[in-house]
Amino acid sequence: MDQLILLSLVALGLPLLVFLLVIFNQRALADRAHLIALPAMAFSSALACYVAWIKVRTPGLLAIEWSADWIRFGNVPGLGPLVIRHSILLDNMTAILLVVVTGVSLLVHVFSIGYMRKDTRYARYFAFLGLFTFAMLGVVLAGNLFQLYMFWELVGFSSYSLIAHWYERHGPQYASKKAFIVNRIGDAFFFIGILLLFSEFRTFEFREIFGYIEQGLPLSFSMLGLAPETTLTIAGLLIFCGAVAKSAQFPLHVWLPDAMEGPTPVSALIHAATMVAAGVYLMARLFPILTGNAMLIVALTGAFTSVLAATIAITQRDIKRVLAYSTVSQLGLMIMSIGSGAVAAGFFHLVTHAVFKACLFLGAGSVIHAMHRALHDLHDHETDAQDIHNMGGLFRRMPVTGWTYLVATLAITGLPLTAGFLSKDEILAGSMAYGGLQQGIALAIPWIGLAVTLLTALYMWRQVFLVFFGNPARPAVQEKIRESPYVMTVPLVALAVFCVWFWFGRNPLSAEHGWFLSKWVKTPASVVPPQTAPPFRPAGYVPPPQEFASQPFGAAITPPQEGAHVWELPPMPHQVALERARVANTGMAEGAALGSALAGFLFAFVLFVWRPSWSASLRRAFRPFYNASQRGWYLDAIYDFIVVDTVMLTARVTAWFDRRILDGFVNLAARATVLLAHITGWFDKYVIDGIVTLTGATVQFLGLMARSVQTGRVQTYLAWVVAAVVVALVVLRFALFHS
Amino acid sequence: MIAEFRVLTFITFFPLVGMLATAFVPRQQVRWIRAITVGVTLVQLALAIYIWANFNGSLAGINDPKSFQFVERLPWIRLSGLGVFGNLTIDYFMGLDGLSVTMVLLTAIIAAVGAIASFSIQRNIKGYFLMYLLLDIGIMGTFCALDFFLFYIFWELMLLPMYFLIGIWGGARREYAAMKFFLYTLLGSIFMLLVMIGLYFSNEVMLLIPGTHEVLRNPMTHRPELYHTFSMLRMMDPRAFVAGSIFSGAGTAWRYAGFFGLFFAFAVKIPMVPFHTWLPDAHVEAPTAISVILAGVLLKMGAYGILRLSLGIFPEIAVALSWYMAMFGFINIVYGALCAMAQSDFKRLIAYSSISHMGYVLLGIASLNAQGMLGAVFQMFNHGIVTAMLFLLVGVLYDRTQTRGVLEFGGLANQMPRYFALVVIAFFAALGLPAFSMFLSEAFVFLGSFQTWQTWTIASAVGMILTAAYFLLTLQRMFFGTVPERWNQLTDVTPRELVSLVPLAAIVIAVGIYPGPIVDLMTTSVNALVSIVHTNAPLTKAALLP
Repeated sequence: MDQLILLSLVALGLPLLVFLLVIFNQRALADRAHLIALPAMAFSSALACYVAWIKVRTPGLLAIEWSADWIRFGNVPGLGPLVIRHSILLDNMTAILLVVVTGVSLLVHVFSIGYMRKDTRYARYFAFLGLFTFAMLGVVLAGNLFQLYMFWELVGFSSYSLIAHWYERHGPQYASKKAFIVNRIGDAFFFIGILLLFSEFRTFEFREIFGYIEQGLPLSFSMLGLAPETTLTIAGLLIFCGAVAKSAQFPLHVWLPDAMEGPTPVSALIHAATMVAAGVYLMARLFPILTGNAMLIVALTGAFTSVLAATIAITQRDIKRVLAYSTVSQLGLMIMSIGSGAVAAGFFHLVTHAVFKACLFLGAGSVIHAMHRALHDLHDHETDAQDIHNMGGLFRRMPVTGWTYLVATLAITGLPLTAGFLSKDEILAGSMAYGGLQQGIALAIPWIGLAVTLLTALYMWRQVFLVFFGNPARPAVQEKIRESPYVMTVPLVALAVFCVWFWFGRNPLSAEHGWFLSKWVKTPASVVPPQTAPPFRPAGYVPPPQEFASQPFGAAITPPQEGAHVWELPPMPHQVALERARVANTGMAEGAALGSALAGFLFAFVLFVWRPSWSASLRRAFRPFYNASQRGWYLDAIYDFIVVDTVMLTARVTAWFDRRILDGFVNLAARATVLLAHITGWFDKYVIDGIVTLTGATVQFLGLMARSVQTGRVQTYLAWVVAAVVVALVVLRFALFHS
Repeated sequence: MIAEFRVLTFITFFPLVGMLATAFVPRQQVRWIRAITVGVTLVQLALAIYIWANFNGSLAGINDPKSFQFVERLPWIRLSGLGVFGNLTIDYFMGLDGLSVTMVLLTAIIAAVGAIASFSIQRNIKGYFLMYLLLDIGIMGTFCALDFFLFYIFWELMLLPMYFLIGIWGGARREYAAMKFFLYTLLGSIFMLLVMIGLYFSNEVMLLIPGTHEVLRNPMTHRPELYHTFSMLRMMDPRAFVAGSIFSGAGTAWRYAGFFGLFFAFAVKIPMVPFHTWLPDAHVEAPTAISVILAGVLLKMGAYGILRLSLGIFPEIAVALSWYMAMFGFINIVYGALCAMAQSDFKRLIAYSSISHMGYVLLGIASLNAQGMLGAVFQMFNHGIVTAMLFLLVGVLYDRTQTRGVLEFGGLANQMPRYFALVVIAFFAALGLPAFSMFLSEAFVFLGSFQTWQTWTIASAVGMILTAAYFLLTLQRMFFGTVPERWNQLTDVTPRELVSLVPLAAIVIAVGIYPGPIVDLMTTSVNALVSIVHTNAPLTKAALLP
């Protein structure tokens, strides 16, 4: 086994070990649980850094794979041997995510020591942080779809457990259940997508699936009788459904804002930096099988989600809900980027977003923590500690939190010298290239991207101005606010440092030639058949003959060769065209992005600093829109009405049908049998037995008659004899006379 | 070696020894009576583990007497010269293959767990344990028997103690529930009996003189004597049927009738919607341990019967009707889940979840390929363990509170933390979370059935969502929030309860992570069954096989 694989397996196993050690010793560890969790996480992230460093620095090492048989189906009739394998796939994308996951997790562990101090379930909290980190690393390392799906579900489970951390309250109970069920909806489709690929290619391995598809789609590859090309589009979209749920895309994004009921460090780790990005990772991983139509739908979904969430974020009052909708919006941008073929850019944004959004969430946690303490000191249990309208002027009271929050805000709004600027530019350039080449509805995508950039700046600066600057809304509270302890500020500073550009390339204005995009991460080559690829080609491109398309799947096809072959394919023509257009658009994208970010900043400055009364009058003027935006465009209410109520009603009707109709029928059959038995019994008693009785009675009656003759008196007998003789004589007389 | 140690006879009839011993213990000696039953079931468990350790997973069984393991075959009843009835032979024929070995293991585990859970029985303890041991014989025998007559006897033997166990030691409506269970199952058995007699007349074999290789001959004519047989393996050979007999040929109306008869008997047992209504009543009224046995093992007898008999004996009908079977699998999954969602009685809810989960078994069988059938057999084992755990957990709460209303509870997570942890394991195992065994079997079922019946599989995926919804809803209602005043004295699980629950939880997780030790037992047999069904089903298109 390769040394890097071994080390990443150790990095994977350590958080699991923490989970097992802590969960079974909760009472003994109590408030010392971090003494086990923290060193293990530190070691795990050190290993991850080492693995990633070696991996990205070694040229020509595209993907390291390792697999071992797990479940053997034996010699399956008609197929031959079939196994499900454990497999690990370690490419640069995986290696970088290992660092991101373990790094953010480590910082969140440190932050939690301060934030969760005095919590009644302190040990349980760290146990599930460990389980989550394990599952998330599993998703990242998985080399096949089955294994990925398993860890994917486990991630959902640990997210459920952590959202429900304060399960005494109603909010977390409801939010955790909602998160799990909404994710299950996406996962059901995701699983069908896996089934669809498996039922044709008999494998879950990424490399083998890509290899088979690259050799041409078999005719038998069909879902519900559709053509193979359409089926491939459907397969891509079914898998995308998993990402839609996990990465909170429209229409399944509704769980993420509610998930803010969990502890804030959990929101930072799971619902901002890592788990929600798993969907983006999944799409990046499976990008090679996305057809042109699938790409368009993915891009449009992402774009729509990002603008929808941004319009909601501008009116939220809860500091965490602003960030939650911001996360949904940013995830939408990443998905949009992958859909528009700029996978590397989307992945880049995933990484930078993980850093600055974790920083923002932990900063928000620090603010909430301080607010709680201040309100506690004032014996105020009414004021909402998370409402930004109760804050204001906190910058002077909490300088470290304030500065780091400011840096992260610069990064998310995409101002120069930050990492966010670089990644957002790449996304916009990619979407401009895609919109220009794809034409039609895709032309809207870059405009949406710019609109989202503007809105992002607007809601982020609104938040910063309301929380940290301006006049304190509650001067008494503001007086009591103190900076958080070091365990909480050190992670903030660490994350803020990573918000700066130079970790990703030397040039602060373009990531184009920086090592992240030029050396570490590349958009993978597509393997879809040419006729299903997006309909654009580079200038002067001559299409190859079409004859190899749709060949039947049979003995002629060879299993994909071992090794890294699929990862080394040259990009397809449409990808070449996209790449050229993207490079050409970079400058324009930069200018436009910067312009809209500054416009958003100006709007926010005018509305919340310079002329606060204007924002109030705007709100009054657009009251219905304001209300709708604040309630997430009423999507929750609509879902409750359409989906939840319908399902519950169906359940009640089914149960009623079961009890009254089906079981009623059984009981009726039983009663009918009893009734039949009664009738039979009556018949038996009065008819059958009646006949018997009647026979007896007849005999008895005859006997009675006969008995009356037997009087015992000689005179009577003599009289009978005489009578008989007379009768006999008469009879004989007549008989003789006639003869 | 194995021939010397008649392990199947031993494992099946060992409870008889326990019954004898119990009969001689005075009824006041409750400890002794309990100890005997627990001891007997533990010996059974040890024997089952011995079987599991010595079982050779590379032997197929199914219709090949040579590759069955732990075989015991003795002539039992032989009659000749019965006129139109011909000659009759019934064998004491026991043996295991990959389909039955996991069921024997499951039965032993569940019987031991159930024996421990039976400690909460307070009335007429001696009678209860006598019945319990008798039930044990019936179940174990059903899974070991390879002679249809013997199978039928064990099948019916199980009915009687079950009737009394529900009818005497059950809840408020126990008599109704016991009667319903008994009559419903008996109705199925009658059809099975008729088909069995038909099959008996359709099969003839020549017999060897014991200890020699000579064929038994008619003393008058010196021609080999033909005997009608009840051997299941013989019935699976389509060429062996007597020409012109009732079930000879392929795809005939009589064979359809035969399939329906057998299938009905098993469908009642599974239970397949719409023949399921006996189950919620029986479960709700039965004492905890009996619910555990009922859901854990008894339901599997139906699925086992379909796999071993319906598929093996009438393969062409099974293939022809598999679309409907898949449809019924779908109905079970979704209908059961919907009904469960609407329940406010904890035990009824679990009972309906059982119906839903058994739908996966039907769907897996209907797939008629190796992945789906393996999923079905594996699901039978996993569901047995998980549902036993669920019913034990219901019992834990019922013993303390005498109520099962989901809505009457709240905040139990803090009141009974260990209980909460076990419930979380059981619930998430039941809703198919990876790392728990049931995820794998349901995934296998889907893998198989998607290849054969795409529409039903896609429709069944709704079950994944509904199952998650009702389990999480129950978890929220009973365990989250704050404890109502009346329950703040509730105590956490006792060591005795832990003894029965923790091993089950351990199995669920261990098998979910490393399924090899269970899956490897059955793959060869399942693959053999699949190829037998497809080679013996000449009527239908071969396209069903991937």
